[in-house]
Amino acid sequence: MAGSEPYPSGTPRWLLAELTYRCPLQCPYCSNPIDYAAHSNELTTDEWKRVFSEARAMGAVQLGLSGGEPLTRKDLPALVEHARELGYYTNLISSGYGLTEEKIIELKTAGLDHIQISIQAPEKTLNNYLAGTDSYEQKKAVAHLIKQHGYPMVLCVVIHRHNIHLMREILEMAIELGADYLELANTQYYGWAHLNRDALLPTREQFETAEAIAQEYKLQLKGKMKIYYVVPDYYEDRPKACMNGWGTTFLTIAPDGMALPCHEARILPGLNCPNVRDFSLRDIWEKSDAFNRFRHFDWMEEPCRSCPEKTKDFGGCRCQAYLLTGNMNSTDPVCSLSPQRDKVQQAIDEALQISLKDSAEPLIFRNSRNSKALGESSSQ
Amino acid sequence: MTTSFDQNLRLAFSPLHRLQWEESQQKHVILYPEGMVELNVPAAEILKLCDGTRTLNQVVIELEQKFETSGLHDDILEMVESALENGWIRTLS
Repeated sequence: MAGSEPYPSGTPRWLLAELTYRCPLQCPYCSNPIDYAAHSNELTTDEWKRVFSEARAMGAVQLGLSGGEPLTRKDLPALVEHARELGYYTNLISSGYGLTEEKIIELKTAGLDHIQISIQAPEKTLNNYLAGTDSYEQKKAVAHLIKQHGYPMVLCVVIHRHNIHLMREILEMAIELGADYLELANTQYYGWAHLNRDALLPTREQFETAEAIAQEYKLQLKGKMKIYYVVPDYYEDRPKACMNGWGTTFLTIAPDGMALPCHEARILPGLNCPNVRDFSLRDIWEKSDAFNRFRHFDWMEEPCRSCPEKTKDFGGCRCQAYLLTGNMNSTDPVCSLSPQRDKVQQAIDEALQISLKDSAEPLIFRNSRNSKALGESSSQ
Repeated sequence: MTTSFDQNLRLAFSPLHRLQWEESQQKHVILYPEGMVELNVPAAEILKLCDGTRTLNQVVIELEQKFETSGLHDDILEMVESALENGWIRTLS
């Protein structure tokens, strides 16, 4: 019976502050929107501080300082200091590129709790190619400095067809750098990754080989390094419980102040996400149409609507449903019960065909020039 | 009783985690990179005393005095072992 099942109600626990879309790297799987260059009106220092204060008063406790590259914000230490005074656990989610020892110390003094850096590949040439920037040696040096200054460190490596064969080398690199946590993030196909999917999506065989290696290290490193393995959902039978349920736990604020129930949600047409410049966070969380749109189960279509698993996965990801089927209310097509599961199979088949060609599919790198060109062509 | 750690060592909270009272949840939580564990009252009472100044037996004595009871040793040991395994606390040598 629709509407009678309990839906988790809650206040935001996780605030993701995307401080800027500016970034010195050009990763072709970036999760920022493709038209990011059109949203350059960044919140001011005082506006961010107000957002942090309001979310903390509602119960948010984890704060992600992300981007783009958050280090490009000159006020980062001031924002960290404010957040720490409010009692947040402050996570800097950075590429590591441009981080200096001086900055590491300054942020520590300001109260920063943890630094996550990303490395694109465990070898210089490939790393620099994927990042679009000569950054490999500097990132490795930064990783050592982060540990020297006593931070817990998460090393994030996004996994795709260009580096999945290097899984063992990635794990060895994480050990060498002294990472406390290794996030092996199989690419999620949104934003720039969706644009480049044919060139990034590995085969099932590649996934299985890589996953077996990751599991082997997970056992071996128990108690020393935690490994988070983000599953590749195109090869799963059931969708992920996206965002732990829409509007239950996560709140993302985009650089221009747009409040989003998930960081991809600005692609959903007609969602009309509110802006923190116009409304209080409490009004946004409790009253806005955008945050209420996919709460509960009444919006669901079949087969989700009568499915006993809907309280577990909430029908999967709305952005993935929209990107693959054009309908944001449909069942996430990674679900084997979805009547449109063939869309996922089609994507897998197309990527496989392209991987078998002699010449490699060119990657479209994430930069302002490409963003402006693609943004204009999509709005015509 | 055999344990997985040397009971003569003092117990200290991990520098890679943070123990904090959360007003909005009315409970103690452990915070770490991108994660949080909510604690029940007994667990929080034990972990608060793991501040680098006490051994397991000293934690037991202090809590038995505080709550005017006895026989807490085994429950506290179980919690301490689980906290050590999770990396929330460590022993100081």
